[in-house]
Amino acid sequence: MDKRKNRLRESTDAGAGAEMRQADRVYGAQAGGADGLQAGYADALEAEAIGEAETWKEQLKKLARQNKLAVFSAVLIGVILLIAVFAPVTAPYDPYAQDLVNRLAAPSAQHWLGTDDLGRDMASRIIYGARISMAIGLLPTMISMVIGTILGLIAGYYGGKVDFVIMRLADVMLAFPSLLLAMVIMYTMGGGLVNIFIALSLVNWAGTARIVRSQTLSLKEAEYVEAARSIGVKGRTILLRHILPNCLPSLIVLFTLNIPSAILSEASLSFLGVGAQPPSASWGLAVVRGKKYLFTEPWLSIAPCAAIMIVVLAFNFLGDGLRDVLDPYLKEQ
Amino acid sequence: MTQNVLLEAKNLVKEFPVSRGRGKQTVHAVSDVNLTIYEGETLALVGESGCGKSTLGRLLIRLLPATSGEVFFQGAKITAMKEMEFAPYRRQMQIIFQDPYASLNPRMKVLDIIAEPLVTYGLAANKKELENQVMELMDLVGIPREFRNRYPHQFSGGQRQRIGIARAIALQPKLIVCDEPVSALDVSIQSQVLNLLKDLQEQRKLTYLFISHDLSVVKFIASRVCVMFLGTICEIGGTDELYEKPLHPYTRFLLDAIPQADPRLRSQEKEILTGEIPSPVNPPSGCRFRTRCPYARDICSQQAPPCKTVGNRQVFCHFPLG
Amino acid sequence: MEEEMKNEEELALQIRNLKSCFFTSKGVVPAVDDVSIDVPPGKIIGLVGESGCGKSMTAMSVMGLLRHPGKVVGGSILLNGRDITHLSAKERSKVRGNEISMIFQEPMTSLNPVYPVGRQVQEAILLHQKVSKEEAKKQVIEIFRQVGIPEPEKRYRSYPHQLSGGLRQRVMIGMAMVCRPKVMIADEPTTALDVTIEAQILRLMKKLRDDFGTSIILITHNMGVVAEVCDYVYVMYAGKVMEEAETFALFENTSHPYTRGLLRSIPRLDQREERLYTIKGVVPNLLHLPQGCSFCTRCPYAKEECFLKRPELYEAGREHKVRCFLFRERSAEGESGNSAESAAAGSVLSENERSLEGGMA
Repeated sequence: MDKRKNRLRESTDAGAGAEMRQADRVYGAQAGGADGLQAGYADALEAEAIGEAETWKEQLKKLARQNKLAVFSAVLIGVILLIAVFAPVTAPYDPYAQDLVNRLAAPSAQHWLGTDDLGRDMASRIIYGARISMAIGLLPTMISMVIGTILGLIAGYYGGKVDFVIMRLADVMLAFPSLLLAMVIMYTMGGGLVNIFIALSLVNWAGTARIVRSQTLSLKEAEYVEAARSIGVKGRTILLRHILPNCLPSLIVLFTLNIPSAILSEASLSFLGVGAQPPSASWGLAVVRGKKYLFTEPWLSIAPCAAIMIVVLAFNFLGDGLRDVLDPYLKEQ
Repeated sequence: MTQNVLLEAKNLVKEFPVSRGRGKQTVHAVSDVNLTIYEGETLALVGESGCGKSTLGRLLIRLLPATSGEVFFQGAKITAMKEMEFAPYRRQMQIIFQDPYASLNPRMKVLDIIAEPLVTYGLAANKKELENQVMELMDLVGIPREFRNRYPHQFSGGQRQRIGIARAIALQPKLIVCDEPVSALDVSIQSQVLNLLKDLQEQRKLTYLFISHDLSVVKFIASRVCVMFLGTICEIGGTDELYEKPLHPYTRFLLDAIPQADPRLRSQEKEILTGEIPSPVNPPSGCRFRTRCPYARDICSQQAPPCKTVGNRQVFCHFPLG
Repeated sequence: MEEEMKNEEELALQIRNLKSCFFTSKGVVPAVDDVSIDVPPGKIIGLVGESGCGKSMTAMSVMGLLRHPGKVVGGSILLNGRDITHLSAKERSKVRGNEISMIFQEPMTSLNPVYPVGRQVQEAILLHQKVSKEEAKKQVIEIFRQVGIPEPEKRYRSYPHQLSGGLRQRVMIGMAMVCRPKVMIADEPTTALDVTIEAQILRLMKKLRDDFGTSIILITHNMGVVAEVCDYVYVMYAGKVMEEAETFALFENTSHPYTRGLLRSIPRLDQREERLYTIKGVVPNLLHLPQGCSFCTRCPYAKEECFLKRPELYEAGREHKVRCFLFRERSAEGESGNSAESAAAGSVLSENERSLEGGMA
């Protein structure tokens, strides 16, 4: 009992300025209500001032004002995408061309990131690897999210048995570590990029389905949805016109946050040997190849690791920034 | 009564299951309600929060399925219909919501919001005609036409409520359920919307079921009033008579409790109702008002009060006033 | 009232020319503009107006609870004769709850859902008084009894969600009253409650005023509530006080066109109207206020001058000030007691209104 009380005290007045903070909780933080009020007030003022401007534009402007890191990340992602798409132009060498004379060369003006054990230019391989990572990041994420969104909408809106079946299926998917599940699929189907696409698409829908379902459940109770029902709008139209568009902000945020995990999954699978197969330029494979030379030629591991890290971080920062402006709901979770 | 009956409810019951910790319990939202709405009138449903007035309003236009009981619209039993059969009746009954911020889809333009009912029933031959119809509706409720491409958040509360009204009258319904349509609005805006509702009723021969907790507003707009307490009806009667001489003790306390904008009427001596509203999960036996009623006697806890008819009025009380 | 009431020492709270602004990306919004309020001890002062008129922001400024982007930019706040305008956050939080406290519209958001309500009130006591926990608990139960909570011992252990809205508001009032503050600010305390519960809470506030001599600033949009409990009223519009008067004077001799419009647009219980009076237009955007009187665009009596110059608060009678040019002449001549003149101003008002109604019908 005493212990519990103590914990209570600790949780309320740990640290300096405790009294003040506590006072704020008792009196000021009532201002929680007041805070909302003030925010609402400022919003109302802004809304009036906006005039013809559109919601999305405003939100993006807000993002640009508030979160420079997210904007920088977006620009970085854009640049990487461009480099990846135009890899044949941007890469200095053919990524598959072996130059056995120049094996394991250190970074130099000729080979910015050195060469690997077969004398292939690392910089070019990283650039081509970006193609794989970006494709893996975007396509399977998109597919899995489309699947998840459709299932989530259906489960949330119709409820009952449909809901039960879909959500238990999702629970089963989520019960397995997704990487393990992807590995099982890869083992049965064999390696290769196309199979990675399929595996990652199948694995990741459950999380999306859950979030979309819970949003649908609350949006279903919204008065404007009730208004649509009172007019006699059909179920499917309500889903597409009223519920889905209001899920979109969350979906966009989720999308940007799912991409890096897909990229990481691909790298992990390739690292474990069940993903992309040589001579593919996959970053995961490059890390494996570099492992042998970690102490002698460390750039062979550092370059692909850094590439993975930069891309994953950039997507995460962008996702966080978008979440702050678009989606107060996800933030609370 | 020479008026035609528009809608009639018989023994309407609505119960919601709730799970609280262990075991399932039931919220008795609406219990055994009989109600008649006549064509062209404004019937007000008044009561405090949790009295089931909003639930009843939704039951009557089948936005919620009733647990038991029947609703007849112009003689047709709409409670038993399949969704397909019901579709033509749906058009006749519309609803205006309380919260002008929640009742409009934030991602739709005003034009699309007001057009939605017209599109749903295919009432416009082409885009041009649709836009014309929408703009006529906007004129009617006093929203400038040039705002049609704006989003809801760009409007004030009163304007949003006007948009909601435009959407509700687009299908030319017979009955409109107004669920606390002005309680979220400022006083000066409230009077504008109330006047608009009254004008529309005259122009379009509408029937209103006006749900409100504000008895001053009800006095202005309603022709008949139905007072509810905890899922049951206390009293139904013409507005003027009911305000003049309430028959149910609850009605009297409710009227006395309203702070009036005249300091000379300060209720220093007036008796005010003590205690809290009982939970609808465990409503009191017999008369549901008895736990707060200063006139309650033994019989009130044993028997539900019968319906007594006094002139044109009905009162559900064992010992009606005066 | 008496002259000594105006004496600064005597006032529980004195707000002088308070100005608070919101610094938004679209510009500076003057949410509270030159507001002066006197709160004598043991009185209920009404602060009435529509949403966005600055009544809540005035309260927040006084409590030191304005958050970014809002800021107090001018004026002074004297609490029991002491200037608290420029106190540090820490000193402010000592004053808050102890000498001045505040309750809000929605008690659910103000109470922590995971602690019993008794504990929360107890914490408030422990924070400001050097007493033992048992003593504090006794005080809580005593306070609960005083604010009319039935079975206070049992309620001490209840969680906020187990209480009804009315009881929660009583708990909040109890929490605000624990240290016997001189001034309590109540921001729309009954707006979320049912009428029968509202009547109970309003009666409780009168009791607190009479029994403990607490001054209460009651912020509301409801003219009925004002008439019911307030001793003195300030009517706000677009950040400014438009009219201030003793309650009976305000309702019997309503002077400012805005206040008149407001009162006339409320449906009345004691008569049947075919149409309600409406104030045309909407509340102006605080970013683009008219150059002159902020009500000029909606005012049926607006003259050219009203669009160009900002009116001051003019004396319109005993304990009655009005921010309207219609009353300027009166206040100038009012010294000599020219009652004919003031009667004339009144009749001009009512005639104008009559012609307006004719136009509307």
